[in-house]
Amino acid sequence: MTTTPPAPPKVRTLARSATVRKAKNRTSTWLPPLLVFLGLIGVWYAITFLVLDEKRRFLMPPPHEVVAAFFDPATFVEIMQALGRTTLVALVGLAFAIVIGVLWAVAMSQAKWVERSLYPYAVVLQCIPILALVPLIGFWFGFEYPARVIVCIMIALFPMVSNTLFGLQSVDPGQRELFQLQRAGRWTILTKLEFPAALPAIFAGMRISAGLAVVGAIVGDFFFRRGEPGLGSLLSTYTARLRSAELFATIFVAALLGVAIFALFGWIGKRVVGKWYDFSAN
Amino acid sequence: MTIAPSPVAPATTTDQLLRFENVAMTFPNGTTALSGVSLTVNRGEFVTVVGPSGCGKSTLLRIASGLTPATEGVTQVDTSRIGYVFQDATLLPWRDVQSNVELLAELNGIPKKQRTATAKEAIDLVGLSGFEKHLPKTLSGGMKMRTSLARSLTLNPELFLFDEPFGALDEITRERLNDELIRLFTEQQFAGLFITHSVSEAVYLSTRVIVMSGRPGHIVDEFPVEFPFPRDPDIRFTAEYAELCGKVSHALREGHS
Ligand SMILES: Nc1ncnc2c1ncn2[C@@H]1O[C@H](COP(=O)(O)OP(=O)(O)OP(=O)(O)O)[C@@H](O)[C@H]1O
Ligand SMILES: [Mg+2]
Repeated sequence: MTTTPPAPPKVRTLARSATVRKAKNRTSTWLPPLLVFLGLIGVWYAITFLVLDEKRRFLMPPPHEVVAAFFDPATFVEIMQALGRTTLVALVGLAFAIVIGVLWAVAMSQAKWVERSLYPYAVVLQCIPILALVPLIGFWFGFEYPARVIVCIMIALFPMVSNTLFGLQSVDPGQRELFQLQRAGRWTILTKLEFPAALPAIFAGMRISAGLAVVGAIVGDFFFRRGEPGLGSLLSTYTARLRSAELFATIFVAALLGVAIFALFGWIGKRVVGKWYDFSAN
Repeated sequence: MTIAPSPVAPATTTDQLLRFENVAMTFPNGTTALSGVSLTVNRGEFVTVVGPSGCGKSTLLRIASGLTPATEGVTQVDTSRIGYVFQDATLLPWRDVQSNVELLAELNGIPKKQRTATAKEAIDLVGLSGFEKHLPKTLSGGMKMRTSLARSLTLNPELFLFDEPFGALDEITRERLNDELIRLFTEQQFAGLFITHSVSEAVYLSTRVIVMSGRPGHIVDEFPVEFPFPRDPDIRFTAEYAELCGKVSHALREGHS
């Protein structure tokens, strides 16, 4: 006896109602934060003009002055160049963190004794205040580009290690047995089962690490201040010179960089695994 | 204990595909799941096993498949072509139906062209043609189970192990898949060892029903089922069928207490 499976759904109607729903979703996700933003700008103006007297107004220059300072040609070029350098350090540091973190986790997933030997160090790395190590890193690696990347890696590494390991180990036991029944080797299991299954967790880790990489790039730069200035150096220069409008502009650029990198990796993750994995839980 | 998947498959010498003799299983934590189980599955047989939850039915299949060795007794498997369908479909969510069905052949190093063809054939057999490009998350429970069945069919198994494959499905889908399975059984000539919680399903599908006791599981009774294949769905409403189901249920209750 044969049975016919149900016909594929009518794609057209489905797609259209999905679009409508998506559009609605979009407004409801963007509107509340936007209102909060406008509210904050209001509070900002209120503090600047109602709370601070003229002599202390430099503590919080009004938003339009910050915008003006940002678009002042000299400052703009300065900030953009710094942004470029910091972005480069963050991305290079992140790339290293991803590669090292994934390899580290894969090594640990292959044998319990490797995990027992190496995992404590991942945790230690997470627990020591990296800031305390920054001067030392400067001593060892110089106060320029490589040292900044290293700080970045150290700050961004842990989420990659722990997320990848979690992903590799969360493979469904039934799926594992499916492979065992065919006498699949370790490499086959890693590449055809564990690694694909871990991808959602890896991308989740990547998103967190991306944000941390920006922090690392700015912190390293803030401390070392040698070589070409990044956003960190710029922050300390503007602070020292009491150029508060420029300082605020730089802070916003740094924040936007963090958000942009976070969003970029969220997007990449969705592109790669969103088809089969439902990220909507986050 | 010996597990002997004979490489040269002396198919003509015997009809026996699987034999347990006094098999017992005690887990390292001290749980005894099975004790003194003796059971033979021959070519042309479809044996169903019913028993209370936790009596070691899954363990029995795991021993037969070689996933876990028994702690006592003899386990003899006379084929290397074993299909194993789990309770969950265990599909890889990142692979579409076609490539999920190809998986086992792929793991066995079958060339791409050949396994594509085999998978296509298996997909047709379970009635899923047209869904090759669908990802598991877009399939219903029944379609996932069909995909899982198709995946095992690509191995062209001589011995097919089923661990409550339809347990999570609704009644209608389950009955439909039972008929599909009977059709496959008559067409593909495998021997089946099928575990279920449903007495009615056990009787409907099988040539023989085995009843197991509560833990530690052992066989308390067995009933041959004489209805001809392919089974007519309406036998479910006959008196003989009802009587047989009654007997099995009774044995199940006796063994449980
Ligand atoms: N790896 C294990 N270690 C210890 N005990 C186990 C292990 N696997 C199974 N058991 C125990 O062995 C007994 C039999 O388990 P099994 O899964 O074979 O039962 P089952 O008959 O398939 O039950 P169900 O019908 O609920 O699926 C259970 O009591 C279970 O707790
Ligand atoms: Mg079970």
